[in-house]
Amino acid sequence: MIKKDLVIVGGGPGGMAASVSAYESGIKDILLLERDQYLGGILNQCVHTGFGLEHFKEVLTGPEYAERFIARLQDMPGIDVSLKSLAVKLTRDKTVTFLKPGVLQTVKAGAIIMATGCREKTREMVHIPGTRPSGVFSAGLAQKLINIEGLLPGKEVVVVGSGDIGLIMARRFTLEGAKVKAVIEIQDKPSGLLRNIAQCVEDFNIPMYFRHKISRIHGRDRVEKVSVVKVGDDLNEIPGSLFEIKCDTVLMSVGLIQENELIDASGIQIQGNNTDVPGIFVCGNALKIYDIVDWVTKDSFAAGKLAAEYIK
Amino acid sequence: MTKVTKKLTCIECPKGCRLAVDVDNGKVVKVAGNECPKGEKYAISEIENPARILTSAVLSQGLALKMIPVRTDNPIPKSRIFEAMAEIKKIRVKKSLKTSDIIVENFMGLGVDLIATRKAK
Repeated sequence: MIKKDLVIVGGGPGGMAASVSAYESGIKDILLLERDQYLGGILNQCVHTGFGLEHFKEVLTGPEYAERFIARLQDMPGIDVSLKSLAVKLTRDKTVTFLKPGVLQTVKAGAIIMATGCREKTREMVHIPGTRPSGVFSAGLAQKLINIEGLLPGKEVVVVGSGDIGLIMARRFTLEGAKVKAVIEIQDKPSGLLRNIAQCVEDFNIPMYFRHKISRIHGRDRVEKVSVVKVGDDLNEIPGSLFEIKCDTVLMSVGLIQENELIDASGIQIQGNNTDVPGIFVCGNALKIYDIVDWVTKDSFAAGKLAAEYIK
Repeated sequence: MTKVTKKLTCIECPKGCRLAVDVDNGKVVKVAGNECPKGEKYAISEIENPARILTSAVLSQGLALKMIPVRTDNPIPKSRIFEAMAEIKKIRVKKSLKTSDIIVENFMGLGVDLIATRKAK
């Protein structure tokens, strides 16, 4: 078993900021685990602008924001960045077990920061009836397919929910030549930022339906159409309001949930900004879903400092 | 009377201030609702010469990263966005580059550069 003063799980904006902060607070023996082949997490696929206004006082794209931190980490020799390293187990006595190509390793840590981020809610979590054809994607998966893999996953798109990623992707699909036929939101106002309604939906005259929901997805192999109904303030369907939209793709943008399976499986409880185990911390979107990455950075800087104080 | 009041949402920061913009003959004469000076600047640009920073990704050839994220270093006219996307689709990046390296100088003659937003080897 290897030993490290501090182990940080997750190399997205949260884990990178926590690493930098702990290092600057005097901890020089840090292992940063990232499951992907690059640092940066979700920032790498967020090629749009809008990041960094709070933290860097300038407007950056996701990859640019990530690169600022990647560059700082490279100047910190005590931070051992381990890529393609998937944490699979966390224990109360402060060990982390991780898998990297060819190796299953356990590290005993003086302190641990969990910066595992969040994931998108799926169709199943919002219970949309109908068939189960291909063509139903979470908005973030579609974002990865377009911006990282260079693939356009559909040509006629309906977006379910008005979360920021869905709005950003409505614009992205439109720019790529697809037709975004509707953004459907069950609430009476958007869940995403107003500026994204302006620059992603209104800029391209994409129809936006509030107090509507998809009542059924149709299609045998591929999505063929969706049924849409109007709902009342009680969110119940208004009889006679049904209409259909022909489409080949449905994007789900219905919220994010913390990715805390390792914490849950270990029996550790998240308490406030901390856990019930002294020396095990949680930060960023794994702790609380933030609207903007700058707050993830701020929260994670604080966690890095707390962990450093604990170790000392 | 050519004077009208237009409603805009400022896109300069996550706050998204609701702006009421008095426009006379295509020129902004008054901006209300903005919490900072950026809102006024945005309103004038949006009414008189609407422009956006365009972000996208271009295909690489022979590099580890298949798609290189790019943006224009300054805003381009909204009316040229789709034309710009068609140009971006023609580009193939073959040499490794650093963040902020210029991929196309004076992109489409618009006086802006198309730059990489991620390094690629």
